[in-house]
Amino acid sequence: MKKLKIIDIKRVKNIATQRSIKLSEDALDQKERANTFLTEVGDLTLFIKQIVKETFSRNFEFKEFLRQCYEIGNKSLPLIIITGTIMGLVLTIQSRPAMAKFGAVTMLPGMVAVSLIREIGPIITALICAGKIGSGMGAELGSMKVTEQIDAMEVSATNPIRYLVVTRVLAATLMLPILVLFADAFGFLGSWIGVNIKGDVSLVLFVFQAFGSITFLDFFPAIIKTFLFGAVIGIVGCYKGFTAGRGTESVGKAANAAVVLSSLLIIIVDMIAVQITDMWL
Amino acid sequence: MKNSQETSLDTISEKKATAEILIEIKNLKKSFGRLEVLKDISLKLHNGENLVVLGKSGSGKSVLIKCIVRLLNPDGGTINLLGKEVNSIKGKELSEIREKIGFLFQSGALYDSMTVKQNLEFPLVRIKRDLKETEINNKINEVLENVGLADVLEKMPSELSGGMRKRISLARSIILDPVIMLYDEPTTGLDPVTSDEISELINSVQKKYKTSSIIITHDIACVRITADRIIMLHEGHIYAEGTLAEFEASDDPLIMSFFK
Repeated sequence: MKKLKIIDIKRVKNIATQRSIKLSEDALDQKERANTFLTEVGDLTLFIKQIVKETFSRNFEFKEFLRQCYEIGNKSLPLIIITGTIMGLVLTIQSRPAMAKFGAVTMLPGMVAVSLIREIGPIITALICAGKIGSGMGAELGSMKVTEQIDAMEVSATNPIRYLVVTRVLAATLMLPILVLFADAFGFLGSWIGVNIKGDVSLVLFVFQAFGSITFLDFFPAIIKTFLFGAVIGIVGCYKGFTAGRGTESVGKAANAAVVLSSLLIIIVDMIAVQITDMWL
Repeated sequence: MKNSQETSLDTISEKKATAEILIEIKNLKKSFGRLEVLKDISLKLHNGENLVVLGKSGSGKSVLIKCIVRLLNPDGGTINLLGKEVNSIKGKELSEIREKIGFLFQSGALYDSMTVKQNLEFPLVRIKRDLKETEINNKINEVLENVGLADVLEKMPSELSGGMRKRISLARSIILDPVIMLYDEPTTGLDPVTSDEISELINSVQKKYKTSSIIITHDIACVRITADRIIMLHEGHIYAEGTLAEFEASDDPLIMSFFK
């Protein structure tokens, strides 16, 4: 009995010790996670500060900037055109029954135009670009980091932030609004096709009805936020590539993290932009 | 009088010795988390010499030369590079000092999205901005000739063999006429014949460009061809220092494990 009791005490002690160890491990885990998160935020802030500093420094890499504009803009265009057309088509087909219930089928072009320009065009284009451009930047810079190409650049007295990051971030910032314009334009085309599946509307009348519903205040905030989306994709993609660890596994992780984080930030920026637009306009 | 003459001679010889030191490292320390890689390293690189840093994998050899060019920031100690404290300089001053150093990376680190020509002109057009196109082309041809390669200008790095990549990487390192060359395991991953060729090339670069070099390696064939002086790193400390003959004659088990 006594022996059992001792064993019991030991067991209780063991459980208590295990629990306290688990609790302290959990606390350490949480502390470590908090530290990692804060370190990441700090590193990202310093990274953005360096980008801003190098953007306004002398010896801007114009040739590389143009090459990146071509890579980001031209090479993403087919994907954006296809997606934009399908977006417009699907939106029109899906909205038609609801509009028909209220006898407002004639307002379909205007409704689709406002939806495309204010929200769907920018956000879908940004999310597609986060996948295509952001992952590309993360993987390319991550692979350059792993194979010491970024170190080689630094040692040969060339600033890698200026050459690799500033050019990519600026190109993404400038190209995304242009891609969004293409997505919107082809979204209109898709919508016109959608309207004509069950109706008969000329392209001129469609455009007249669509643009009749859009004001400058629909267009302007939407374009402004696409610059921010572009900057987010560029900064996050480059940051994740630049901070990739060692080994090929980290290249995949950098590409994945670039897509996940930039997609999340795009949605957060969109939410803030919508709130600001709602307050001011 | 004799004493004063001796003192002045000593001073002259001291000054000469000081002038000849291109790199002076004192009590260098570097850790990664809890892992102390370099514990207390002090060394000097003299003008015109090939200093080989020998040691097992993970002994901190690469970390040492990355600290010299500030790719890594040391935790303690000082590095005097060409008369400047590397730890205290930054920005333009750091760039200027890096222009005088050639660094051959273990992997070659050629920019894989660029052709050989673009790789070679990359540092040149950014550092020496006033060069004309013909001068750039002449310089590229000169360095290619010096590393024993031609007709590869328009090739991509992926189309080159390991030895060729090392040669192009070496050509890119010497294109700015460096004063000091740092070689990070220059013969790793190459067959014995190509390894010997690269080692001979290191000597030929030293003669042609009058460089002083630190060569990080664990390849004894490379050590035998290139070393003027050898330093052996072990567990974050300098374990031994001497000439090739002294190392080969040593009966220390650790040194013998490298040289047998």
